[in-house]
Amino acid sequence: MKAVCFYFQIHQPFRLKRYRFFDIGNDHYYYDDYSNEEIITRVAHKSYIPAAETLLRMIQESKGAFRCALSISGTALEQCEQYVPEFIDLLKKLAETGKVEFLAETYAHSLSSLTDPEEFREQVKLHDAKIYELFGQRPKIFRNTELVYCDDIAPMIYDMGYKGCITEGAKHILGWKSPDYVYAAAACPKLKLLLKNDKLSDDISFRFSNPSWEAYPLTADKYIDWIAQTPAENQIVNLFMSLETFGELQPRESGIFQFLEALPRFAAERGIDFWTPSEVVSKCKAVDTLEVLHPISWADEARDISAWLGNKLQNEAFQKLYSVSERVRLCSDRRLKQDWQYLQGSDHFFYMSTKHMADGAAHAMFSPYETPFEAFTNYMNVLADFIVRVEEQYPLSIENEELNSLLTTIRNQATEIEALNKEVTSMRNNLEHYNEEHALREATKETPEQKTDEKKVAKKKTTVKKATKKASKTK
Amino acid sequence: MKALMFGWEFPPHILGGLGTASYGLTKGMWECGNMDITFVIPKPFGDEDKSFAKIIGASQVPIAWRDVTRQYVEERIGNVMSPDEYFRLRDHIYADFNYMHLNDLGCIEFSGRYPDNLLEEINNYSICAGVIARTEQFDIIHSHDWLTYPAGIHAKQVTGKPLVIHVHATDFDRSRGNVNPTVYNIERDGMLHADHIITVSNLTRNTVIEKYHIDPTKVTTVHNAVTPLSEDLLNVDPPRAKEKVVTFLGRITMQKGPEYFVEAAARVLRNNHNVRFVMAGSGDMMEKMIILAAERGIADRFHFPGFQKGKQVYEMLKASDVYIMPSVSEPFGISPLEAMQMGVPSIISKQSGCAEILTNVIKTDYWDIDSMADAINSIVTYPAMHKQLQEDGLNEVNQITWDKAGAKVIDIYNKALHRN
Repeated sequence: MKAVCFYFQIHQPFRLKRYRFFDIGNDHYYYDDYSNEEIITRVAHKSYIPAAETLLRMIQESKGAFRCALSISGTALEQCEQYVPEFIDLLKKLAETGKVEFLAETYAHSLSSLTDPEEFREQVKLHDAKIYELFGQRPKIFRNTELVYCDDIAPMIYDMGYKGCITEGAKHILGWKSPDYVYAAAACPKLKLLLKNDKLSDDISFRFSNPSWEAYPLTADKYIDWIAQTPAENQIVNLFMSLETFGELQPRESGIFQFLEALPRFAAERGIDFWTPSEVVSKCKAVDTLEVLHPISWADEARDISAWLGNKLQNEAFQKLYSVSERVRLCSDRRLKQDWQYLQGSDHFFYMSTKHMADGAAHAMFSPYETPFEAFTNYMNVLADFIVRVEEQYPLSIENEELNSLLTTIRNQATEIEALNKEVTSMRNNLEHYNEEHALREATKETPEQKTDEKKVAKKKTTVKKATKKASKTK
Repeated sequence: MKALMFGWEFPPHILGGLGTASYGLTKGMWECGNMDITFVIPKPFGDEDKSFAKIIGASQVPIAWRDVTRQYVEERIGNVMSPDEYFRLRDHIYADFNYMHLNDLGCIEFSGRYPDNLLEEINNYSICAGVIARTEQFDIIHSHDWLTYPAGIHAKQVTGKPLVIHVHATDFDRSRGNVNPTVYNIERDGMLHADHIITVSNLTRNTVIEKYHIDPTKVTTVHNAVTPLSEDLLNVDPPRAKEKVVTFLGRITMQKGPEYFVEAAARVLRNNHNVRFVMAGSGDMMEKMIILAAERGIADRFHFPGFQKGKQVYEMLKASDVYIMPSVSEPFGISPLEAMQMGVPSIISKQSGCAEILTNVIKTDYWDIDSMADAINSIVTYPAMHKQLQEDGLNEVNQITWDKAGAKVIDIYNKALHRN
């Protein structure tokens, strides 16, 4: 018994507009609305929508035998809601079939897992909430940005309640091992790892329409045959790819949609099942633990994080960005928070790569900039303005710790004030009751208790005043 | 293979980039091995590097018979030419040029510069070339820039050997479109007679094809390279300003786009006061630029130190944080490569030939002063940007060597000789 586990990724970043350094401090809107709208609309109509429709048909025609997982970043969801809401409706229909699992990830498609655990957790929570709001599902499996994974990240994922994590079947990690098994994280053995089958995934995403490839043309029959021919004891074949593969990377004319649609039929003939990642995690036992000391990902030839943090520009921008993360978390300004999410998108760093050859071509293909230097300059200018705005809220002259303690004081005082206010009202109520009762009883003598009560109230009031004063001072 | 090269400048006595490029290329070809090069220049000074090429000065080539003794020749021109050579050349005088203004050795005097009677000097050079071509043994002729095209054509007509011309610049670059018809004719004549044309960039190649209407199949680009700098120059230690320094080095002429640099500087200074701008060099637009800087109110931060030579150039570069070359039209532009060798990040215009081969520089359109200002600001404000460009730029420029360019030229020779 063999199974295939499909997962499709949907992500679009908020691309930045051309932002000059004289705009710093003057212009606080950073996004290239035109190209963001143009790209999401084009990709949705060329790829996302027909692909989702195909998936829906596959589920219906196979009577639920076909299952798959989708992972959609928060920024992509926002863009879809704004520009192509019909795609969101389609996704909801997919969710209603119950055969499509939505995965957890960071809201902004960020690299926060590498540097800022708190930010990482917040973003994952934010994303989960968004998925629940739209599709009524609570994700159980985690997929990090660009399949970034290492031993340090595993416990964080497990602690957030996820049973499994999807990552790359990087050759330098696996060695002689096969990606077609479930593994457990070495740093956290209860977390199961699903590894991408590189060869079979890339056959679809990159080689499908390449006439110089020896297996061209690839048919569903042939492809399922390859899967059937893998050693019998293999548990699972993980096929992970971007949904853009269908219609964008591989054009519609190549027959990619028909290929996809025919897969369940041939799979059924050969007794191959389709499982969602959750099913894989619950049905399969981990055969071994996998140690990943240095972060891996599914990008570039090196399959590490050098696509985003491979040169000085990228590292500088990354450090500058996360140097203000604590500050931003303290802020309550909604626009600031929103920009903070959008600026964290890993894509911005991807554009700054100075790699050459094949990898460089991939970077250049997606980049809206002509050169990595332009990408860096533009991003840093935007970031400079963003930091100015953060500073306006909380000046950098105050140390983070000091600020934290001040804010804690303010928060504590706020709760104290609230508690005291409650006490005051309840006292007042008591007092009224008491007076009423008193009137009813027609008692003549003054009660000493009442006085003390009033005094208490008065005392409390002064403390309240002090507290508010303090609070306003620290602000 | 033996090549006869015609050039106008040769280090150390150079006036522009032509001499540096000719020198580098000749040396690069020699490094490839099996090359025997004779390099003809108008006027040698005797201190040229003769280790990789034989140098003949046109000003020592007799074009009319003079009965002189060996000793006399030794005394007169022994420092630049051997008497044997002189007599060998004298045996190949092909016409009576006594009507011309000649010296006691039967030679024409050359200035070796770009004098007002340049066209006359070009013609004289070509007369001498006739004698040289009849004397020397060679397989191929190579002419550097339009000044030597007539000489190349002459040599080809005398010997029937293939002619390769090397276009270092065209009159379209020098004049921003207002070409001198005489110069254009000389250039085009050379291109038509040439068996193959070498251009220093695709930009120049396109000019040759589109403006001179030359068959594209006989035009090939061989990008220039740089000669590694000596330790001595790399280690110059000039005093550094407190502020960041942005430098422009070159002739202050229309071709180099100096006004765009002033405008960009004005924009940078609006938001960032920690920068100084230097426009080193001289030229016919210098006064205009001084006035422009004053008009923009940035004269206190914008400096004109004048023409720099020799070691001063490298001191200037070393003291800079950014090098800028906003040329409107630059056939190649070797100076940003030198800046990169000194570890200075460069900003160049997309209209420069060197932009075709450099990746670790910032490229902007020459007219896009906003973009230029942004790039300047980025390099002086973000240390990672400076460092990345500096280190990767250095690695990159160290790969651009003349022997690679030389090998390409040798390939072209073989093609012209139908040897492959």
